[in-house]
Amino acid sequence: MADNVRPRVRVPDSAAAGEVVSIKTLISHPMESGQRRDGDGNTIPRSIINRFVAAYNGETIIDVTMEPAISTNPYFEFQALIPESGTMTFTWYDDDGSVYEDAKDIAVG
Amino acid sequence: MTLTRRDSLVLGMGALTAGMFLPKIVHAATEDAIAAFTGGADMGEGGITLTAPEIAENGNTVPIEVSAPGAEAIVILATGNPTPGVATINFGPMAGEQFASTRIRLAGTQDVMAIARMSDGSFVQARQEVKVTIGGCGG
Repeated sequence: MADNVRPRVRVPDSAAAGEVVSIKTLISHPMESGQRRDGDGNTIPRSIINRFVAAYNGETIIDVTMEPAISTNPYFEFQALIPESGTMTFTWYDDDGSVYEDAKDIAVG
Repeated sequence: MTLTRRDSLVLGMGALTAGMFLPKIVHAATEDAIAAFTGGADMGEGGITLTAPEIAENGNTVPIEVSAPGAEAIVILATGNPTPGVATINFGPMAGEQFASTRIRLAGTQDVMAIARMSDGSFVQARQEVKVTIGGCGG
């Protein structure tokens, strides 16, 4: 439904074992709130990303349930624990059933 | 003690003083949202930090930060929005800190609340008023 949805994540390439690193994510999405009306007075139906999950080697970092009060192009910054080398995965779930994914590798050592 | 609008302006600290003395207006929908998260448990203070701008020129994108060391989950509520829920953040084992930063929509000047559920099952809350110049709900 939503066009041109593009996830962008900023993750360090490497980290020390046990280091806590800052992760920034942004995904382009209109996040139509369902509160707005078009020119004819009809309500524009809600169409948002309702859930965002970040995980490292399969273990959850954060799992966010999102409501329409999250701004257009949802942005999240959070802290992740990096015990060993691995892959960080990012998953966004759209109201229309679409799933957007991204992944980044982090090397320890 | 009743403070009129003029009195509080005369007191000099207009907004700050009024905010301290005027009763907090919490909508029923907000109370429902709080009860859904806490199950009606009492909420303490402290242990949670909510960082939001005092004045937001554009209610469409207001940067906020929440931090609650030792929290399992944090819920963010905008008490003056058509629907108060903003986000529920659950922290997993790989969370380095119980911290998150995002951008939210605010329909107008209102209190933003954050409630954290700690690992021992207790709840703590923080709230901050954000003055919004242009609301962020279209319409």
